[in-house]
Amino acid sequence: MQVKSYFSSLDSIEGELATLNLGPTHPATHGIFQNVLKMDGERIVSAEPTIGYIHRAFEKIAEHRPFYQVTPLTDRLNYCSSPINNMGWHMTVEKLIGCELPKRAEYMRVIIMELSRIADHLVCNTVIGVDTGALTGFTYMFQERERIYELFEEVCGSRLTTNIGRIGGMERDFTPTFHKKLKDFLKTFPARFEEFTGLLERNRIFMDRCIGAGPISAERAMAYGFTGPNLRAAGVDYDVRVMSPYSSYGDFDFIIPVGNQGDTYDRFIVRQEEIRQSLRIIHQAYDNIPEGEYHADVPDFYLPDKPDVYTKMEALIYHFKVVMAEVPVPIGEVWHSVEGGNGELGFYLISDGGRQPYRLHFRRPCFIFYQAYPEMIKGSMLSDAILTMSSMNVIAGELDA
Amino acid sequence: MDSEQILAQLAEKMPGAAISSEIAHDGILNIHTTREQIIDLLQLLRDDAQFGFNFLTTLCAIHYPDNAGQELCVVYHLHNWPQNIRIRVKIFLPKDDPHVPTATGLWPTANWMERQEYDFFGVIFTGHPDLRRILNVDDMEVFPMRKEYRLEDGTRTDKDDRFFGRDGHVGRSFE
Repeated sequence: MQVKSYFSSLDSIEGELATLNLGPTHPATHGIFQNVLKMDGERIVSAEPTIGYIHRAFEKIAEHRPFYQVTPLTDRLNYCSSPINNMGWHMTVEKLIGCELPKRAEYMRVIIMELSRIADHLVCNTVIGVDTGALTGFTYMFQERERIYELFEEVCGSRLTTNIGRIGGMERDFTPTFHKKLKDFLKTFPARFEEFTGLLERNRIFMDRCIGAGPISAERAMAYGFTGPNLRAAGVDYDVRVMSPYSSYGDFDFIIPVGNQGDTYDRFIVRQEEIRQSLRIIHQAYDNIPEGEYHADVPDFYLPDKPDVYTKMEALIYHFKVVMAEVPVPIGEVWHSVEGGNGELGFYLISDGGRQPYRLHFRRPCFIFYQAYPEMIKGSMLSDAILTMSSMNVIAGELDA
Repeated sequence: MDSEQILAQLAEKMPGAAISSEIAHDGILNIHTTREQIIDLLQLLRDDAQFGFNFLTTLCAIHYPDNAGQELCVVYHLHNWPQNIRIRVKIFLPKDDPHVPTATGLWPTANWMERQEYDFFGVIFTGHPDLRRILNVDDMEVFPMRKEYRLEDGTRTDKDDRFFGRDGHVGRSFE
Protein backbone atom coordinates (compact mmCIF):
# COMPACT_ATOMS: atom_id res chain seq x y z
CA MET A 1 0.00 0.00 0.00
CA GLN A 2 1.26 3.40 -0.96
CA VAL A 3 1.47 5.98 1.82
CA LYS A 4 0.45 9.44 0.72
CA SER A 5 2.97 12.07 1.64
CA TYR A 6 1.88 15.28 3.30
CA PHE A 7 2.59 17.28 0.19
CA SER A 8 0.75 15.17 -2.32
CA SER A 9 -2.72 16.42 -2.91
CA LEU A 10 -5.71 14.18 -2.36
CA ASP A 11 -7.11 14.62 -5.84
CA SER A 12 -3.83 14.22 -7.66
CA ILE A 13 -3.78 12.03 -10.71
CA GLU A 14 -1.41 9.29 -9.60
CA GLY A 15 0.72 11.82 -7.82
CA GLU A 16 1.13 14.11 -10.80
CA LEU A 17 -0.27 17.14 -9.02
CA ALA A 18 1.69 18.39 -6.07
CA THR A 19 0.72 20.81 -3.34
CA LEU A 20 3.24 23.52 -2.67
CA ASN A 21 3.23 25.97 0.18
CA LEU A 22 4.47 29.32 -1.10
CA GLY A 23 4.98 31.22 2.09
CA PRO A 24 3.94 32.35 4.70
CA THR A 25 7.56 33.37 5.01
CA HIS A 26 9.49 33.14 1.83
CA PRO A 27 12.11 35.60 0.59
CA ALA A 28 10.44 35.84 -2.81
CA THR A 29 7.07 36.94 -1.51
CA HIS A 30 8.40 40.14 0.14
CA GLY A 31 6.03 39.86 3.05
CA ILE A 32 4.00 37.40 5.01
CA PHE A 33 1.62 35.87 2.50
CA GLN A 34 0.77 32.23 2.17
CA ASN A 35 -0.35 30.67 -1.06
CA VAL A 36 -1.14 27.00 -1.17
CA LEU A 37 -0.48 26.14 -4.79
CA LYS A 38 -1.54 23.07 -6.64
CA MET A 39 1.22 22.40 -9.12
CA ASP A 40 1.37 20.37 -12.26
CA GLY A 41 5.12 20.20 -12.65
CA GLU A 42 6.07 23.87 -12.66
CA ARG A 43 2.65 25.12 -13.74
CA ILE A 44 0.11 26.41 -11.29
CA VAL A 45 -3.24 24.65 -11.43
CA SER A 46 -4.85 26.60 -8.63
CA ALA A 47 -3.88 28.85 -5.75
CA GLU A 48 -5.43 29.48 -2.38
CA PRO A 49 -4.16 32.60 -0.65
CA THR A 50 -4.28 32.95 3.13
CA ILE A 51 -3.90 36.43 4.54
CA GLY A 52 -4.04 38.09 7.93
CA TYR A 53 -0.62 37.16 9.26
CA ILE A 54 0.11 40.72 10.33
CA HIS A 55 -3.42 41.81 11.12
CA ARG A 56 -3.33 44.44 13.86
CA ALA A 57 -7.02 45.37 14.21
CA PHE A 58 -6.61 48.97 13.09
CA GLU A 59 -10.32 49.50 12.60
CA LYS A 60 -10.97 48.40 16.17
CA ILE A 61 -8.10 50.42 17.62
CA ALA A 62 -9.27 53.48 15.69
CA GLU A 63 -12.59 53.34 17.53
CA HIS A 64 -10.67 53.92 20.75
CA ARG A 65 -8.32 56.69 19.72
CA PRO A 66 -8.81 60.43 19.29
CA PHE A 67 -8.62 61.53 15.67
CA TYR A 68 -5.02 62.69 15.84
CA GLN A 69 -3.93 59.34 17.30
CA VAL A 70 -5.37 57.49 14.32
CA THR A 71 -2.68 59.00 12.08
CA PRO A 72 0.08 56.65 13.30
CA LEU A 73 -2.21 53.72 12.51
CA THR A 74 -2.51 54.87 8.92
CA ASP A 75 1.30 54.97 8.71
CA ARG A 76 1.31 51.25 9.02
CA LEU A 77 -1.12 50.51 6.21
CA ASN A 78 0.99 50.98 3.11
CA TYR A 79 4.27 51.66 4.84
CA CYS A 80 6.03 52.30 1.54
CA SER A 81 4.11 55.55 1.16
CA SER A 82 2.99 56.49 4.67
CA PRO A 83 2.62 60.23 4.00
CA ILE A 84 -0.19 59.62 1.50
CA ASN A 85 -2.06 57.60 4.10
CA ASN A 86 -1.46 60.22 6.79
CA MET A 87 -2.68 63.05 4.63
CA GLY A 88 -5.63 61.07 3.34
CA TRP A 89 -6.72 60.65 6.93
CA HIS A 90 -6.12 64.30 7.78
CA MET A 91 -8.23 65.34 4.81
CA THR A 92 -10.99 63.02 5.98
CA VAL A 93 -11.11 64.71 9.37
CA GLU A 94 -10.86 68.12 7.74
CA LYS A 95 -13.84 67.23 5.58
CA LEU A 96 -15.76 66.27 8.71
CA ILE A 97 -14.95 69.46 10.60
CA GLY A 98 -15.28 71.62 7.50
CA CYS A 99 -11.77 73.00 7.50
CA GLU A 100 -10.28 74.74 4.45
CA LEU A 101 -6.54 74.71 4.10
CA PRO A 102 -4.41 77.58 2.85
CA LYS A 103 -3.00 76.98 -0.62
CA ARG A 104 0.54 76.78 0.72
CA ALA A 105 -0.32 73.89 3.01
CA GLU A 106 -2.02 72.05 0.16
CA TYR A 107 0.97 72.53 -2.13
CA MET A 108 3.30 71.34 0.62
CA ARG A 109 1.17 68.25 0.99
CA VAL A 110 1.25 67.62 -2.75
CA ILE A 111 5.06 67.79 -2.75
CA ILE A 112 5.29 65.31 0.12
CA MET A 113 2.67 62.98 -1.32
CA GLU A 114 4.30 62.88 -4.74
CA LEU A 115 7.70 62.25 -3.18
CA SER A 116 6.24 59.30 -1.35
CA ARG A 117 4.59 58.05 -4.51
CA ILE A 118 8.02 58.08 -6.14
CA ALA A 119 9.46 56.18 -3.17
CA ASP A 120 6.62 53.66 -3.34
CA HIS A 121 6.94 53.05 -7.07
CA LEU A 122 10.73 52.84 -6.80
CA VAL A 123 10.40 50.00 -4.33
CA CYS A 124 7.91 48.17 -6.51
CA ASN A 125 9.76 48.57 -9.79
CA THR A 126 13.20 47.80 -8.44
CA VAL A 127 11.81 44.69 -6.77
CA ILE A 128 10.36 43.56 -10.08
CA GLY A 129 13.92 43.91 -11.31
CA VAL A 130 15.24 41.85 -8.41
CA ASP A 131 12.72 39.11 -9.05
CA THR A 132 13.81 38.90 -12.65
CA GLY A 133 17.42 38.66 -11.56
CA ALA A 134 18.53 42.29 -11.87
CA LEU A 135 19.75 43.40 -8.45
CA THR A 136 21.83 46.37 -9.56
CA GLY A 137 18.93 48.73 -10.26
CA PHE A 138 17.56 48.00 -6.83
CA THR A 139 20.75 49.00 -5.05
CA TYR A 140 21.03 52.18 -7.13
CA MET A 141 17.46 53.27 -6.63
CA PHE A 142 17.46 52.55 -2.92
CA GLN A 143 20.01 55.32 -2.61
CA GLU A 144 17.48 57.66 -4.19
CA ARG A 145 14.74 56.38 -1.93
CA GLU A 146 17.05 57.08 0.97
CA ARG A 147 17.23 60.71 -0.16
CA ILE A 148 13.44 60.92 -0.20
CA TYR A 149 13.42 59.57 3.35
CA GLU A 150 15.93 62.22 4.33
CA LEU A 151 13.47 64.79 3.02
CA PHE A 152 10.69 63.29 5.13
CA GLU A 153 13.01 63.29 8.09
CA GLU A 154 13.60 66.97 7.54
CA VAL A 155 9.87 67.67 7.53
CA CYS A 156 8.62 65.48 10.36
CA GLY A 157 11.56 63.79 12.06
CA SER A 158 10.84 60.25 11.00
CA ARG A 159 11.38 58.27 7.86
CA LEU A 160 9.28 55.20 7.27
CA THR A 161 6.24 55.53 9.50
CA THR A 162 6.12 59.26 9.20
CA ASN A 163 3.04 60.53 11.06
CA ILE A 164 3.59 63.58 8.87
CA GLY A 165 1.47 66.70 8.98
CA ARG A 166 -1.37 67.53 11.29
CA ILE A 167 -5.12 67.84 11.09
CA GLY A 168 -5.36 71.32 9.59
CA GLY A 169 -2.06 71.49 7.74
CA MET A 170 1.60 70.76 8.23
CA GLU A 171 3.31 70.83 11.61
CA ARG A 172 6.04 73.22 10.46
CA ASP A 173 7.14 75.04 7.37
CA PHE A 174 9.79 73.56 5.10
CA THR A 175 13.21 74.15 6.61
CA PRO A 176 16.15 75.64 4.66
CA THR A 177 17.79 72.21 4.66
CA PHE A 178 14.67 70.74 3.14
CA HIS A 179 14.74 73.31 0.36
CA LYS A 180 18.38 72.55 -0.29
CA LYS A 181 17.88 68.80 -0.31
CA LEU A 182 14.75 68.95 -2.42
CA LYS A 183 16.42 71.15 -5.04
CA ASP A 184 19.35 68.77 -5.09
CA PHE A 185 17.03 65.79 -5.44
CA LEU A 186 15.07 67.37 -8.27
CA LYS A 187 18.29 68.20 -10.06
CA THR A 188 20.05 64.85 -9.80
CA PHE A 189 17.27 62.28 -9.51
CA PRO A 190 16.01 62.33 -13.13
CA ALA A 191 19.41 61.40 -14.60
CA ARG A 192 19.92 58.59 -12.09
CA PHE A 193 16.40 57.36 -12.67
CA GLU A 194 17.04 57.27 -16.41
CA GLU A 195 20.09 55.08 -15.71
CA PHE A 196 17.76 52.63 -14.02
CA THR A 197 15.33 52.97 -16.92
CA GLY A 198 18.16 52.21 -19.31
CA LEU A 199 18.96 49.03 -17.43
CA LEU A 200 15.48 47.57 -17.64
CA GLU A 201 12.84 49.25 -19.77
CA ARG A 202 14.05 48.02 -23.17
CA ASN A 203 16.16 45.17 -21.84
CA ARG A 204 15.41 42.11 -23.95
CA ILE A 205 15.76 39.64 -21.09
CA PHE A 206 13.62 41.74 -18.78
CA MET A 207 10.95 42.23 -21.44
CA ASP A 208 10.80 38.56 -22.33
CA ARG A 209 10.42 37.80 -18.67
CA CYS A 210 7.68 40.34 -17.95
CA ILE A 211 5.55 40.61 -21.06
CA GLY A 212 2.56 38.35 -20.71
CA ALA A 213 3.24 37.48 -17.06
CA GLY A 214 0.14 37.69 -14.90
CA PRO A 215 -2.17 39.58 -17.26
CA ILE A 216 -5.67 40.79 -16.41
CA SER A 217 -8.23 42.35 -18.71
CA ALA A 218 -9.73 45.77 -18.04
CA GLU A 219 -13.17 44.24 -17.43
CA ARG A 220 -11.91 41.72 -14.91
CA ALA A 221 -9.76 44.35 -13.24
CA MET A 222 -12.76 46.61 -12.72
CA ALA A 223 -14.92 43.73 -11.54
CA TYR A 224 -12.22 42.85 -9.03
CA GLY A 225 -12.13 46.42 -7.75
CA PHE A 226 -8.66 47.25 -9.05
CA THR A 227 -7.56 50.85 -8.76
CA GLY A 228 -4.25 52.61 -9.12
CA PRO A 229 -1.35 51.52 -11.34
CA ASN A 230 -2.62 47.95 -11.57
CA LEU A 231 -5.89 49.11 -13.08
CA ARG A 232 -4.23 51.67 -15.31
CA ALA A 233 -1.89 48.98 -16.65
CA ALA A 234 -5.02 47.19 -17.84
CA GLY A 235 -6.02 50.30 -19.77
CA VAL A 236 -8.49 52.19 -17.56
CA ASP A 237 -7.50 55.78 -16.81
CA TYR A 238 -9.08 56.04 -13.37
CA ASP A 239 -7.07 58.18 -10.99
CA VAL A 240 -8.54 59.77 -7.87
CA ARG A 241 -6.25 62.77 -8.25
CA VAL A 242 -8.01 63.62 -11.50
CA MET A 243 -11.46 62.21 -10.85
CA SER A 244 -12.06 63.92 -7.51
CA PRO A 245 -9.16 66.34 -7.08
CA TYR A 246 -8.15 66.93 -3.48
CA SER A 247 -5.44 69.12 -2.04
CA SER A 248 -5.31 71.36 -5.16
CA TYR A 249 -4.38 68.55 -7.56
CA GLY A 250 -6.57 70.35 -10.08
CA ASP A 251 -3.88 73.05 -10.35
CA PHE A 252 -1.29 70.77 -11.85
CA ASP A 253 -0.72 69.53 -15.34
CA PHE A 254 0.09 65.83 -15.54
CA ILE A 255 -1.00 62.82 -17.54
CA ILE A 256 -2.37 59.47 -16.40
CA PRO A 257 -0.26 56.78 -18.05
CA VAL A 258 -2.16 53.67 -19.09
CA GLY A 259 -1.11 50.30 -20.42
CA ASN A 260 -3.14 47.91 -22.51
CA GLN A 261 -2.19 44.34 -21.59
CA GLY A 262 -2.50 44.50 -17.83
CA ASP A 263 0.57 42.30 -17.48
CA THR A 264 3.69 42.68 -15.38
CA TYR A 265 5.50 44.70 -18.02
CA ASP A 266 2.64 47.18 -18.33
CA ARG A 267 2.43 47.57 -14.58
CA PHE A 268 6.16 48.25 -14.53
CA ILE A 269 5.97 50.81 -17.34
CA VAL A 270 2.94 52.56 -15.84
CA ARG A 271 4.78 52.99 -12.55
CA GLN A 272 7.89 54.20 -14.37
CA GLU A 273 5.86 56.87 -16.13
CA GLU A 274 4.05 57.81 -12.94
CA ILE A 275 7.39 58.53 -11.33
CA ARG A 276 8.13 60.99 -14.13
CA GLN A 277 4.68 62.53 -13.79
CA SER A 278 5.12 62.84 -10.04
CA LEU A 279 8.35 64.72 -10.68
CA ARG A 280 6.44 67.05 -12.98
CA ILE A 281 3.86 67.67 -10.26
CA ILE A 282 6.57 68.33 -7.67
CA HIS A 283 8.26 70.82 -10.00
CA GLN A 284 4.99 72.64 -10.61
CA ALA A 285 4.04 72.68 -6.95
CA TYR A 286 7.48 73.71 -5.76
CA ASP A 287 7.96 76.44 -8.36
CA ASN A 288 4.54 77.94 -7.69
CA ILE A 289 4.29 77.38 -3.97
CA PRO A 290 2.27 80.30 -2.61
CA GLU A 291 3.29 82.41 0.31
CA GLY A 292 1.21 82.20 3.42
CA GLU A 293 0.46 80.00 6.36
CA TYR A 294 1.34 76.32 6.37
CA HIS A 295 -1.73 75.42 8.41
CA ALA A 296 -5.35 76.43 8.70
CA ASP A 297 -6.68 78.53 11.54
CA VAL A 298 -8.32 75.73 13.52
CA PRO A 299 -7.20 76.17 17.13
CA ASP A 300 -9.56 73.37 18.18
CA PHE A 301 -7.52 70.80 16.27
CA TYR A 302 -4.17 72.31 15.45
CA LEU A 303 -1.68 72.52 18.32
CA PRO A 304 -0.58 76.04 19.23
CA ASP A 305 3.10 77.04 19.05
CA LYS A 306 5.03 75.48 21.89
CA PRO A 307 6.54 78.78 23.18
CA ASP A 308 3.01 80.18 23.38
CA VAL A 309 1.88 77.19 25.42
CA TYR A 310 4.48 78.09 28.05
CA THR A 311 3.63 81.78 28.17
CA LYS A 312 0.00 82.30 27.16
CA MET A 313 -3.05 81.05 29.02
CA GLU A 314 -5.17 80.77 25.87
CA ALA A 315 -2.58 78.65 24.09
CA LEU A 316 -2.19 76.40 27.12
CA ILE A 317 -5.93 75.77 27.25
CA TYR A 318 -6.08 74.93 23.57
CA HIS A 319 -3.04 72.69 23.85
CA PHE A 320 -4.75 70.76 26.62
CA LYS A 321 -8.02 70.56 24.74
CA VAL A 322 -6.35 69.33 21.56
CA VAL A 323 -4.27 66.69 23.32
CA MET A 324 -7.20 65.44 25.39
CA ALA A 325 -9.46 65.65 22.30
CA GLU A 326 -11.99 67.66 24.26
CA VAL A 327 -13.37 69.40 21.21
CA PRO A 328 -16.83 68.66 19.87
CA VAL A 329 -16.88 67.39 16.31
CA PRO A 330 -19.89 67.28 13.97
CA ILE A 331 -22.04 64.17 13.89
CA GLY A 332 -22.14 62.53 10.51
CA GLU A 333 -20.43 60.28 8.06
CA VAL A 334 -17.66 61.19 5.68
CA TRP A 335 -16.01 59.39 2.80
CA HIS A 336 -12.71 60.59 1.53
CA SER A 337 -10.34 58.85 -0.81
CA VAL A 338 -6.89 59.65 -2.08
CA GLU A 339 -4.75 58.10 -4.78
CA GLY A 340 -2.40 55.97 -2.72
CA GLY A 341 0.65 54.24 -4.07
CA ASN A 342 -1.50 51.24 -4.94
CA GLY A 343 -4.82 52.80 -5.77
CA GLU A 344 -7.84 54.35 -4.21
CA LEU A 345 -7.23 54.52 -0.49
CA GLY A 346 -10.54 55.42 1.12
CA PHE A 347 -11.56 56.39 4.63
CA TYR A 348 -15.15 55.96 5.71
CA LEU A 349 -15.51 57.79 8.99
CA ILE A 350 -18.65 57.73 11.08
CA SER A 351 -18.63 60.26 13.85
CA ASP A 352 -21.13 60.32 16.68
CA GLY A 353 -19.69 63.55 18.01
CA GLY A 354 -17.41 61.65 20.36
CA ARG A 355 -13.71 62.03 20.82
CA GLN A 356 -12.93 59.02 18.69
CA PRO A 357 -14.48 57.66 15.50
CA TYR A 358 -17.65 55.65 16.04
CA ARG A 359 -16.55 53.52 13.11
CA LEU A 360 -13.67 53.92 10.73
CA HIS A 361 -13.43 51.72 7.68
CA PHE A 362 -10.37 51.73 5.48
CA ARG A 363 -10.72 50.89 1.82
CA ARG A 364 -7.34 49.28 1.33
CA PRO A 365 -6.51 48.81 -2.34
CA CYS A 366 -4.10 45.91 -1.71
CA PHE A 367 -6.71 43.93 0.18
CA ILE A 368 -9.18 44.39 -2.63
CA PHE A 369 -6.99 43.58 -5.62
CA TYR A 370 -5.03 40.75 -4.07
CA GLN A 371 -8.07 38.49 -4.34
CA ALA A 372 -7.59 38.46 -8.12
CA TYR A 373 -4.15 36.91 -7.68
CA PRO A 374 -5.21 33.23 -8.01
CA GLU A 375 -7.01 34.03 -11.25
CA MET A 376 -4.03 35.96 -12.60
CA ILE A 377 -1.50 33.21 -11.98
CA LYS A 378 -3.62 30.25 -12.94
CA GLY A 379 -1.85 28.26 -15.64
CA SER A 380 1.36 30.23 -15.38
CA MET A 381 4.79 29.14 -14.23
CA LEU A 382 5.77 29.41 -10.58
CA SER A 383 8.44 31.98 -11.35
CA ASP A 384 5.88 34.15 -13.15
CA ALA A 385 3.63 33.98 -10.12
CA ILE A 386 6.41 35.46 -7.99
CA LEU A 387 6.89 38.19 -10.55
CA THR A 388 3.17 38.89 -10.75
CA MET A 389 2.98 39.30 -7.01
CA SER A 390 5.83 41.78 -6.87
CA SER A 391 4.43 43.75 -9.81
CA MET A 392 1.05 44.04 -8.09
CA ASN A 393 2.93 45.64 -5.19
CA VAL A 394 0.99 43.86 -2.47
CA ILE A 395 2.04 45.49 0.78
CA ALA A 396 1.36 43.27 3.76
CA GLY A 397 0.52 46.19 6.04
CA GLU A 398 -2.22 47.41 3.76
CA LEU A 399 -3.43 43.91 2.98
CA ASP A 400 -3.94 42.91 6.59
CA ALA A 401 -4.67 46.26 8.29
CA MET B 1 -27.54 63.38 -12.46
CA ASP B 2 -28.08 64.74 -8.97
CA SER B 3 -29.49 63.04 -5.89
CA GLU B 4 -33.09 64.02 -6.60
CA GLN B 5 -32.92 62.63 -10.11
CA ILE B 6 -31.42 59.39 -8.81
CA LEU B 7 -34.23 59.03 -6.29
CA ALA B 8 -36.93 59.94 -8.83
CA GLN B 9 -35.62 57.39 -11.31
CA LEU B 10 -35.32 54.81 -8.61
CA ALA B 11 -38.93 55.36 -7.55
CA GLU B 12 -39.93 54.87 -11.15
CA LYS B 13 -37.85 51.80 -11.93
CA MET B 14 -38.03 49.96 -8.64
CA PRO B 15 -40.87 51.36 -6.55
CA GLY B 16 -40.42 50.81 -2.85
CA ALA B 17 -36.73 50.01 -3.04
CA ALA B 18 -35.65 53.13 -1.24
CA ILE B 19 -37.26 53.07 2.18
CA SER B 20 -35.65 56.35 2.99
CA SER B 21 -32.72 58.42 1.90
CA GLU B 22 -30.57 61.23 3.13
CA ILE B 23 -27.70 63.40 2.02
CA ALA B 24 -24.79 62.59 4.30
CA HIS B 25 -22.40 65.09 5.85
CA ASP B 26 -20.03 64.71 2.90
CA GLY B 27 -22.74 65.32 0.31
CA ILE B 28 -23.08 61.68 -0.76
CA LEU B 29 -26.57 60.26 -1.17
CA ASN B 30 -27.43 57.43 1.20
CA ILE B 31 -30.21 55.10 0.16
CA HIS B 32 -31.72 52.80 2.75
CA THR B 33 -33.23 49.57 1.55
CA THR B 34 -34.04 46.07 2.76
CA ARG B 35 -32.06 42.89 2.46
CA GLU B 36 -34.84 41.37 0.37
CA GLN B 37 -34.32 44.02 -2.28
CA ILE B 38 -30.61 44.71 -1.96
CA ILE B 39 -29.31 42.50 -4.77
CA ASP B 40 -31.98 43.58 -7.24
CA LEU B 41 -31.31 47.18 -6.33
CA LEU B 42 -27.54 46.83 -6.70
CA GLN B 43 -28.03 45.10 -10.03
CA LEU B 44 -30.34 47.86 -11.24
CA LEU B 45 -27.90 50.54 -10.13
CA ARG B 46 -25.06 48.74 -11.87
CA ASP B 47 -26.70 47.67 -15.13
CA ASP B 48 -29.22 50.40 -15.87
CA ALA B 49 -27.67 52.80 -18.37
CA GLN B 50 -29.05 55.83 -16.58
CA PHE B 51 -27.62 54.89 -13.20
CA GLY B 52 -24.34 53.36 -14.32
CA PHE B 53 -22.87 52.67 -10.88
CA ASN B 54 -20.31 50.31 -12.33
CA PHE B 55 -17.84 50.09 -9.46
CA LEU B 56 -18.21 48.65 -5.99
CA THR B 57 -15.72 50.81 -4.11
CA THR B 58 -16.05 49.08 -0.80
CA LEU B 59 -18.45 47.38 1.52
CA CYS B 60 -18.51 47.57 5.28
CA ALA B 61 -20.61 46.74 8.29
CA ILE B 62 -21.40 48.88 11.31
CA HIS B 63 -22.71 47.84 14.71
CA TYR B 64 -25.28 50.03 16.47
CA PRO B 65 -25.99 48.13 19.71
CA ASP B 66 -28.69 50.59 20.79
CA ASN B 67 -30.66 50.30 17.57
CA ALA B 68 -32.97 47.51 18.75
CA GLY B 69 -33.93 45.06 16.01
CA GLN B 70 -31.59 46.78 13.55
CA GLU B 71 -28.27 46.41 15.29
CA LEU B 72 -26.16 45.66 12.24
CA CYS B 73 -25.81 47.80 9.18
CA VAL B 74 -24.14 46.90 5.88
CA VAL B 75 -23.05 49.76 3.67
CA TYR B 76 -22.28 49.39 -0.04
CA HIS B 77 -20.25 52.21 -1.56
CA LEU B 78 -20.97 52.50 -5.27
CA HIS B 79 -19.27 54.74 -7.77
CA ASN B 80 -20.39 55.79 -11.23
CA TRP B 81 -17.10 56.39 -13.02
CA PRO B 82 -18.31 58.04 -16.24
CA GLN B 83 -20.21 60.73 -14.31
CA ASN B 84 -18.17 60.55 -11.10
CA ILE B 85 -21.10 60.12 -8.73
CA ARG B 86 -20.86 58.20 -5.51
CA ILE B 87 -23.75 56.77 -3.53
CA ARG B 88 -24.08 54.53 -0.52
CA VAL B 89 -26.71 51.85 -0.11
CA LYS B 90 -27.46 50.78 3.45
CA ILE B 91 -29.36 47.89 4.90
CA PHE B 92 -30.09 47.25 8.55
CA LEU B 93 -30.34 43.80 10.09
CA PRO B 94 -31.25 42.36 13.47
CA LYS B 95 -28.30 40.93 15.39
CA ASP B 96 -30.10 37.62 15.88
CA ASP B 97 -30.66 37.11 12.17
CA PRO B 98 -27.73 38.71 10.35
CA HIS B 99 -28.34 37.26 6.91
CA VAL B 100 -27.74 39.21 3.71
CA PRO B 101 -27.67 37.81 0.18
CA THR B 102 -24.20 37.95 -1.28
CA ALA B 103 -23.13 40.45 -3.91
CA THR B 104 -20.39 38.20 -5.25
CA GLY B 105 -22.59 37.39 -8.23
CA LEU B 106 -22.49 41.05 -9.24
CA TRP B 107 -18.90 41.89 -8.39
CA PRO B 108 -16.22 39.27 -7.69
CA THR B 109 -14.50 41.92 -5.56
CA ALA B 110 -17.30 41.54 -3.01
CA ASN B 111 -15.87 38.13 -2.12
CA TRP B 112 -13.15 39.23 0.30
CA MET B 113 -15.02 42.34 1.37
CA GLU B 114 -17.89 40.16 2.56
CA ARG B 115 -15.54 37.69 4.18
CA GLN B 116 -13.98 40.57 6.07
CA GLU B 117 -17.31 41.84 7.37
CA TYR B 118 -18.34 38.31 8.31
CA ASP B 119 -15.07 37.94 10.14
CA PHE B 120 -15.47 41.13 12.16
CA PHE B 121 -19.22 41.55 12.55
CA GLY B 122 -20.71 38.14 11.94
CA VAL B 123 -22.84 39.25 9.02
CA ILE B 124 -23.73 36.07 7.13
CA PHE B 125 -23.74 36.60 3.40
CA THR B 126 -25.97 33.82 2.10
CA GLY B 127 -24.85 32.30 -1.16
CA HIS B 128 -21.25 33.38 -0.67
CA PRO B 129 -18.95 30.80 -2.26
CA ASP B 130 -16.45 30.65 0.58
CA LEU B 131 -17.61 32.44 3.73
CA ARG B 132 -14.69 31.88 6.08
CA ARG B 133 -12.76 34.16 8.39
CA ILE B 134 -10.14 36.07 6.51
CA LEU B 135 -7.99 38.22 8.78
CA ASN B 136 -8.59 36.65 12.18
CA VAL B 137 -7.66 33.14 13.20
CA ASP B 138 -10.04 30.44 12.06
CA ASP B 139 -10.96 29.25 15.53
CA MET B 140 -11.95 32.66 16.87
CA GLU B 141 -15.35 32.47 18.49
CA VAL B 142 -16.44 36.10 18.58
CA PHE B 143 -16.99 38.84 16.04
CA PRO B 144 -14.52 41.31 17.46
CA MET B 145 -15.63 44.55 15.84
CA ARG B 146 -18.97 44.42 17.60
CA LYS B 147 -19.18 47.13 20.21
CA GLU B 148 -19.54 44.79 23.18
CA TYR B 149 -15.95 43.68 22.76
CA ARG B 150 -13.68 46.18 24.36
CA LEU B 151 -10.24 46.93 23.15
CA GLU B 152 -8.73 47.30 26.57
CA ASP B 153 -9.38 46.08 30.06
CA GLY B 154 -13.00 46.82 30.83
CA THR B 155 -12.25 47.90 34.37
CA ARG B 156 -10.16 50.84 33.26
CA THR B 157 -11.80 54.11 34.10
CA ASP B 158 -9.17 56.68 33.23
CA LYS B 159 -10.49 56.97 29.69
CA ASP B 160 -14.12 57.30 30.71
CA ASP B 161 -15.67 60.10 28.70
CA ARG B 162 -18.17 60.90 31.42
CA PHE B 163 -15.32 62.24 33.53
CA PHE B 164 -14.66 64.75 30.81
CA GLY B 165 -18.18 66.07 30.57
CA ARG B 166 -19.15 64.01 27.56
CA ASP B 167 -21.31 61.02 27.01
CA GLY B 168 -19.04 58.89 24.88
CA HIS B 169 -18.62 55.21 24.33
CA VAL B 170 -15.47 54.19 26.12
CA GLY B 171 -16.28 52.97 29.57
CA ARG B 172 -19.93 52.62 28.76
CA SER B 173 -21.30 49.15 29.19
CA PHE B 174 -23.16 47.32 26.50
CA GLU B 175 -25.25 44.31 27.26
